[in-house]
This record gives sequence, structure tokens and C-alpha cells, in this order.
Amino acid sequence: MELLSGADMIARFLKDEGVERIYGYPGGAALHIYDALFRQDSVQHILVRHEQAATHAADGYARASGKPGVVLVTSGPGATNAVTGIATAYMDSIPMVVLCGQVASHLIGEDAFQETDIVGVTRPVVKHSFSIKHPSEIPEVLKKAFYLAATGRPGPVVVDIPKDMTAPTERYEYVYPKKVKIRSYNPVTRGHTGQIKKAVEMMLKARRPVFYTGGGIVTGRASEALTDLVQRLGFPITTTLMGIGGYPQGDRQSLGWLGMHGSYEANMAMHHADLIIAIGARFDDRVTNNTSKFCPTAKIVHVDIDPSSISKTVRADVPIVGAAGSVINEMISLLQARESAAPEALAEWWQSIDGWRAEREGKLYEPSKPGEALKPQEVIEAVYRATRGEAFVTTDVGQHQMFAAQYYKFAKPNRFITSGGLGTMGFGFPAAMGVKLSYPQDDVVCFTGEGSFQMMMQELSTCKQFGAGVKIVNLNNQSLGMVRQWQDLNYKSRHAHSYMESLPDFAKLIEAYGFTALKVETHEELAPALERAFADTNELVFLDIYVDPFEHVYPMQVPLGSMRDMLLSKTERT
Amino acid sequence: MRHIISILLENEPGALSRVVGLFSQRNFNIETLNVAPTEEPSLSRLTVTTVGDDRVIEQITKHLNKLIDVVKLVDLTEGNHIERELMLVKVKALGAARDEVKRTADIFRAQIVDVTPSVYTVQITGDGGKLDAFVQAMAPIGILEVARTGVSGIARGDKLLSL
Repeated sequence: MELLSGADMIARFLKDEGVERIYGYPGGAALHIYDALFRQDSVQHILVRHEQAATHAADGYARASGKPGVVLVTSGPGATNAVTGIATAYMDSIPMVVLCGQVASHLIGEDAFQETDIVGVTRPVVKHSFSIKHPSEIPEVLKKAFYLAATGRPGPVVVDIPKDMTAPTERYEYVYPKKVKIRSYNPVTRGHTGQIKKAVEMMLKARRPVFYTGGGIVTGRASEALTDLVQRLGFPITTTLMGIGGYPQGDRQSLGWLGMHGSYEANMAMHHADLIIAIGARFDDRVTNNTSKFCPTAKIVHVDIDPSSISKTVRADVPIVGAAGSVINEMISLLQARESAAPEALAEWWQSIDGWRAEREGKLYEPSKPGEALKPQEVIEAVYRATRGEAFVTTDVGQHQMFAAQYYKFAKPNRFITSGGLGTMGFGFPAAMGVKLSYPQDDVVCFTGEGSFQMMMQELSTCKQFGAGVKIVNLNNQSLGMVRQWQDLNYKSRHAHSYMESLPDFAKLIEAYGFTALKVETHEELAPALERAFADTNELVFLDIYVDPFEHVYPMQVPLGSMRDMLLSKTERT
Repeated sequence: MRHIISILLENEPGALSRVVGLFSQRNFNIETLNVAPTEEPSLSRLTVTTVGDDRVIEQITKHLNKLIDVVKLVDLTEGNHIERELMLVKVKALGAARDEVKRTADIFRAQIVDVTPSVYTVQITGDGGKLDAFVQAMAPIGILEVARTGVSGIARGDKLLSL
């Protein structure tokens, strides 16, 4: 029998759970835990420069690996600084465990120094939370936290740990709980066979079907099964922003992603479809546009692991509660037993789709000519080529995020890492750091803008300390591009605070941390700069790329319209 | 439509706030709320009455079920059920009104459970409609204070909400 203090139990549990790395920042209420971390070498602690970055870094790791990211912060401001990152993970269903120090039990409720009711503060943005009431319950509570974070529809779990729970003098028996049971939590796996049969019948009869798949394919590791199903049926497929890479984007059946800034052909196909097979997607407002005009002729099959996602905004005709992979595999076995529909049945549908594709071919944006300002889109395409399409790509939020999603073509899941639901500026850089530290052999690119980057740029210091060689591609348009775009479209170009004056000299700033920065102002400078930047995978390089500040992201759905109501450029609309 | 949802909830600190928080977070309605421990010490039973169309009620039950602390729930209004609420009312009881209060209480099968020279405290149980009617009947006489428990309910017959 082994007696350990609460703090040592935490360190030991992390090791036993297979956690290699955690992100955090010390402070009074967490000091016993930090001392325990100091006295072991199984778990690496990455000291960030702001707690929000700790959550984003853990989140980036979680999105790339599929395993829970782990964060350790102190009470009060340490914990409240983490809230934005917790909310980011919650909105995108990312597994994360956040350990928060708390003031000692006897002080709780007395407005003690650095006291915050963090369980209360985070309640609406966590999958669940725990407060430790006795040191002996630490192993079981932590096991529950990891189990909840990673199973079912994943999400962040907060564990609040009062300082006296980790006191070095209080020792209790430690046993790593291999299994844990929560009587009120039994996430479904298999879908209802009758419903799946019904869905398959509809798929075989459909003449204008579209797959619409989301982040559930990525988190559910169902990408291969999905690809098999889609290719077996010969249907077109569009993914959400979160679902990018769930199906190889270069494939002919892929229509790219859909929604507000989705591809023309994806939105057109959705609008005209007679059957939509939604898997692991949640019909959010950035996808559906006006729900009352959404896909007027389509029947809807909706597969999701979370029953509350089904019929939340759009009524499903065939709801199937189940894990994406399991349901898809069951669909495949049903199809194997059936005669498949003749490919001619879809010929007319593909003709329409190819027609929509042809309409926009070569008209997506106007590339720059020598001597002109670079277009942000062509920078993404150049980075795509420079990394052979194989990099992990993180983004911040805004125009550059949409351009990255549109022009970097992802063949694999877990490669496009973006804050889709919450839309958190500042996410991209720390997320890239979290990915790079766990995938040192891979190129990790962070597409950002000068607005977003300045929200988390203090992490340059963390990258220096721990050798995270991420490539930061700053699409510098000297403005908050997406805000400015909306102001152009809806506020007669009154640019209220969407400018970015007094920008730092990014090159000097980066160099102050001992890193390389390359400024790219012209068309001609781009190629050599990229070659230099990607020469060494492990070197942090900052590319400050000046792009056309007047560029807009298109297509853009017209507010309150249907899926097919889109602005296609500054002068064209559907 | 009005629904009565009964929930078996882990008897854990913070569990109630998760349920209540969910309603405000998702813009759902709470009309009454009633919560107390059950015969099984690890569980509380919480009953909430809410108003919404079928789509809203479906979302409410799904989101409640998603809360880790919610062990089981039932929408009692889906079947035959018994609904009860208890109310204590303090009424002015002076002169002729003293008899009037007593008479009205008898009609409603309510009991006077506390008496002072100027005030009667009346206890009444029933469904929400009966309690509303009693309040209306007493209003002209002069209601001083009302305390209602909120609705509690249970399914009729063999149907159980238990582990």
C-alpha cells in the first residue's frame, strides 16, 4: 500500500493515465502540486505566459492527437484567465481536463485572496466539473474527469482543488483506478438498427443526395469509414469547418466545406438536395443561414452522438443517436448486403454539381500581378505547396481563417485546427505551440493576422523556452479584416475601430526573442521567403506578409437568406 | 403547453445549480421548482414545471439528460399523474372576515393551522389551479403573505421513477 499526499497523487495519476505533457502557470493555491511535479520526471510541464494560452495549447494538442489536453492553473485570476480557452474547447467538443488550484477549504466563501468560484464561473462552458472534498478521492475524481472529457461527445472538465487537499503532510492510500463508473453517464455507441435501415433505404432511393459531415467525424475517428461509405455510394460530400479533413478534399466527390463562407457548389448542392445525410454536425447558424429557408426539398437523416444536437435547430426526419464510426460501419454492412443503386441514377445530379463547379472555376479571386500587393488567398496556396499539403495548420479568427480553410486542401483529419464554434481570436498561436511540442517532426503552421496575433503573442517566450518551432504566417492587412468586411457590406464602409494603427515592427519584436522574422511586401519576395521559412522544421519563423487590405472573403451567404443566397464577389451575387 | 418534469438528481453540491443554470443558459422557462432528498440518501428529487411547445420540451429533456448529475427523469404530463402543491397563506381575520375565511377554507378543504387575534394561517394542498382559485377567493378579504412549495408530482399506477 502506497501513501501519497494529494499533490503527489495528482502527479502520479497523470503519469499512470499516460499524460506526457501539461500546460500551466503556478500560483499560491497550486504550489503543493507544482512541488510534486518538480519531484518527478514523467510528466513535462510547459510554463506558458498566460493561462489562456495554456488552455489553447492543450486544446491544439487534443485536436491533433484526439487525446485530452491537460491544464494546471492556480485559483482566482489563474482560473478565470483560463475561461476563454475552456469555452473554446466546449464549443468545439474538445477533450480537456483543467486542474485549478483553489483557496483552502476553510477559506472558501470568505472572499479570500485569489478566491473565485471557478466551478460556478465555468458551469455553462464545461461538460462537467468537480470539487475535491477529501484528498483520498483525488484518484477517482481525476479518472472520472478524464473519462468524461474523452468519451461520448467530448468536452472540457474542470477539477477544483482546494489547497489543503494537496497538503504534503496529509497522506492517503493511492491506487490508480483502471476503470470508473458513473451511474448517470452511459454514452451511446451503436445507433438504432431500425433507424439506420430506414436511412439506408432513403439513401438508395435518393436522386440528389449530399453528405454533410462535421467535427464528429474527426473526434469520432470515423474518417476512414466515412470515406468508404461515401465512395461506395458515389454521393457528393461537404463538411463543416470543424469537419474539414474528415474526407479528403482533393477527391472529386468532395465539394469542400459549406456555410457562410463555404464553397458555391457545396451551398448550391445543399439547397437543391432531396436527401441530406448529416453525421456529427449540428446545423449551426453559420451553416444553415435562415433555418426556415434551409434546404426546402430535402429529407434529413441526422446522426449524432449527442441527442440534444438532433432537431435542435432543424428537424430531422430520421434521427439516429450513435457514434459516427459505429453507425457508418453499420450502414456499410447493410449496403454490402444490398444491390447498389445504378450510378446513372445520380448522373443528372452530378451534372448539376459539375455545372456549379464550372460556373466558379477560375473566378474565386484575382491573383496579384508582379508589383502588386499579394492576395491573402495566394499566400495560403503558396504555403500549401511549400508544405506539400501535409502540415498541421492552426488559425486564429477572421478573414485569414476563412482563407486558410478555403485554400489549404486537407487530405487528412486532425490537421486543420481552428476555433470554429466560439471564434476565439488568439487561439492559433498557442494551439500551434501545443501541436508542435507533441509532433516535433511535422511542420506546424499558424495562419494569423496582426489583430489575433497580438492577443497571444507573449507565447513567443514559451516557444523560446521549450523550443517550439512553429511557422507563423501573419497575413498583415493592417486592419481587422473580417470586421472591416462587414463594415464595408453593412455600414457603408464606416470602419469603426477595425483599423490597426501603431502596429509594432513585427520583425524587431520577433528578433527580440531571438527568432527569425521575414517581411514580405511584394509578389516577388514570397517564394524565397517561404523556402527560407520551411528550410528547418524546428525553427520558429515569423512571416510578416503584407496583403491587399481591401480583399473580402467570398462566397458569403446573404443574411436571412437560404443556403444558395450568396455574394460571390464585390459585384456578383446569386 | 405546461409540462411537469420530475428528475432524480445526484445529491451532490452544485447539482441543483447545474439544472437551474441550464434553464437560464438555454432560455428555457421555469414556472415552479421543488426539490428535496429522497428515501435513497444519494438522490434528490427535483420537479420543475415549464411551458413550451413540443420542440422546446424535447430540447429541455435532452439537455437535462445530458447533465452528468441527472440520473433519470420523466415528463409526468405525458401520462396520467398526480400533481400536488402545498400553500400556506396568511389572511387578515378580523370581525366578520374571521368567519368568512373559515367558511372559504372549509369549502376548499383547507385547514387553519395558526391563529392570532387578527390573522389566520391557512394550509391548502391541491393542483396549481385549485391554489390559484383559493388565492382569488381570499384576495378581497386581505391576503398578507403567501408561501407555495411549487409543484410536486408522481405518475399514476405502476409507473415508477426510480433507479
